[in-house]
Amino acid sequence: MPMPSRALPSRKLLPVAFAAAFVAATLTFVSAGADAFCGFFVGKADAPLGNRSSQVIVARHERKTVISMLNEYRGEPAQFALVVPVPQVLERGQVHVGDRRTFERIDAFTAPRLAEYRDPDPCIPPLPQRAFPATVAADAVAKKERQRPDSALGVAVEARYTVGEYEIVVLSAKESDGLETWLRRNGYRIPAGASAALRPYVLQNMKFFVARVDLAEHAKTGRAWLSPLQFAFESPKFMLPVRLGMLNADGPQDLVVYMLTKEGRVETTNYRTVRMPTNVELPAHVRDEFGRTYQAIFDEQVRREGRGAIFTEFFWDMGWCDPCSADPLSPEELRAAGAFWIPQGGSKGGAQPAMVTRLHLRYTRETLPEDLAFQETADRAPWQVRYVLRTPWSADANACPAMQPYLEQVRERQEREATTLASLTGGDIATIRTRMNLARRDPPPRWWETLWPANR
Amino acid sequence: MRPQVIAWPVVPRRTARARWKAWRERLAPRLPRDARVFQILFLGSLLSLGVLARDFTLHPAQLALTFMAALATQAIFMQALGLRHRGVLSAIVTAFGLSILLRADSLWVHPLAAALAIAAKFLVRVNGKHLYNPANLGVVAATTLLPGAWISPGQWGNDLAFAALFVALGGTVTARARRVDIAWVFLAAWLGLVALRVAALGQPWAVWTRQFGSGALMLFAFFMISDPMTIPNDTRGRILYAILVACIAYVWAYVAFRPNALPWALLVATPLVPLIDRIWRAPIYAWRVDAAAKEAAPG
Repeated sequence: MPMPSRALPSRKLLPVAFAAAFVAATLTFVSAGADAFCGFFVGKADAPLGNRSSQVIVARHERKTVISMLNEYRGEPAQFALVVPVPQVLERGQVHVGDRRTFERIDAFTAPRLAEYRDPDPCIPPLPQRAFPATVAADAVAKKERQRPDSALGVAVEARYTVGEYEIVVLSAKESDGLETWLRRNGYRIPAGASAALRPYVLQNMKFFVARVDLAEHAKTGRAWLSPLQFAFESPKFMLPVRLGMLNADGPQDLVVYMLTKEGRVETTNYRTVRMPTNVELPAHVRDEFGRTYQAIFDEQVRREGRGAIFTEFFWDMGWCDPCSADPLSPEELRAAGAFWIPQGGSKGGAQPAMVTRLHLRYTRETLPEDLAFQETADRAPWQVRYVLRTPWSADANACPAMQPYLEQVRERQEREATTLASLTGGDIATIRTRMNLARRDPPPRWWETLWPANR
Repeated sequence: MRPQVIAWPVVPRRTARARWKAWRERLAPRLPRDARVFQILFLGSLLSLGVLARDFTLHPAQLALTFMAALATQAIFMQALGLRHRGVLSAIVTAFGLSILLRADSLWVHPLAAALAIAAKFLVRVNGKHLYNPANLGVVAATTLLPGAWISPGQWGNDLAFAALFVALGGTVTARARRVDIAWVFLAAWLGLVALRVAALGQPWAVWTRQFGSGALMLFAFFMISDPMTIPNDTRGRILYAILVACIAYVWAYVAFRPNALPWALLVATPLVPLIDRIWRAPIYAWRVDAAAKEAAPG
């Protein structure tokens, strides 16, 4: 079994030796396919993401779009309101209250994962043996995406209905000031500066989907949390209006967007899409704190790339996963997530024609001056964030002659892992070494010290 | 007894300057007179920067195959048409352009696009000029006709410094190519339209300044729309053409909300070039400083 230490694809240019490059590259392609994860999934750690995060599922094919939004709103339900600019007036039938579990499932399936391999007994000569991995973990939770409106002028109520625990109005407005006043008069608590943020949408003739909680209905559900809202519409624009959500944001926000598509990977067209570092070996202690570690890795990558970058964390189809942090979504679950092209009661078990791209970004009003615009590329090559733990074989150092060189190898490997973790998280290597119980090793003698040993 | 050397002799500053001047005078006639040599240097460094610093998902094999296919197609047509040793440089320029812009998840998309682009240069000709900019045609053809090909317009990031470098280098290149006007007119028209939109919608001005950080926009302005062989020969024609392309691109991007507005706008506008050339007549561009205009062979 190839060990899962595949390096990132070479970025070196080989302008010379075309033929050699061609051969080499063809081999790389082949080995990339063969170097698959060959273990099974054991567990999943809780890994709460930053508390100021929200989750959105966008299912899109051609011009048809279904957006699902999960509000991790923990405040007083009476205070809750959500304003979303939509390209058309949404009828009652276009709005739906979704299931929170859909988000949990898609999060679990796409979360960054940790795979563990155990070293084989170095005393037994290598056989084509299957290593068995353990643990995997996930991250991501969600929160926010709330606008707190409060109280009308040039504003028309295009539709009004109740869906689940939500009271919904769809508004059209001629000018943003009027819209802000209307919202305030009607008891929506709108943050200061809403008018300026609403203006671009009003001028683009977009409608406003405004939801608040029907307290009586909400009391009937007996839940502390709010159901995700879903709406279906058609639009040539493949975008997500995130700027409105920044109005009542204090500090940076995290957003995880799951893109369900039929053809290929989704990327942003007006910001840089960056892949998270993946396929590297990390120290064993990460197993128990993968959530926090991944959080630190993400923080560091955000710091390095600047907040204008959007990170890809996962892209795979629904046919398989490797390693699976959760089963692929069933046809029902995909439909629940908005993938309308999946036939109802379609073939169970078979691969579903759906691909999911997980994008993660941290933003503030300054770093995201423009709403996110997306495109579905023709890229179908699966990709994921996966970190690898390798547990050394534990036995007596004198068990066999092969043991000493093996232990030396392990020490070198652990040193490498410590360096990798320090570089990924921007953490202190000394702390990591202590955490790993890595004995401080004397540095090798410098060359002149071997030349004049007496000087040491 | 030999004198002891205690230091290396110091060259007086004046002498160094004089020497440098002499060098430059000697070097000047040896500098390539063909503007495409500079283009290749620029595109090469752009590609290296992109691959090394910007994580372009481009495989070395894709790069190698693009160049092989472009050069082979060029050679085949030269042979078939009995042309003399010309156009290798433009095949390299095309290969660079395709490598920078086109992304694919297979190995065969890039060489096919390159072959198509170069073949069109010999096959689709009007008034002694090829009609389409080869790299632009290759990119659009690949993304529409071939499976598994796309353009990543967001891959450049938005650092102003990065863009400034492009502009500086690109500007030099096109200045050398003596058709710099079209790039600037196009940039002014496009940025003007975007500015109008930002102002009309009350968007933050950062939306507009972010355009400067678009490597794709700079590449388009300085290497595609300013390709001297595929634009109107007369200055007035070029200005009209640049504004037209900017308007088409604007409609494409902000009215139809379709991706890849710039390459599509150029492709759609290209058939107008022979018409504009008929209205305002001017000599065809020659790549080499010393080449006579009528000698300008394909590429």
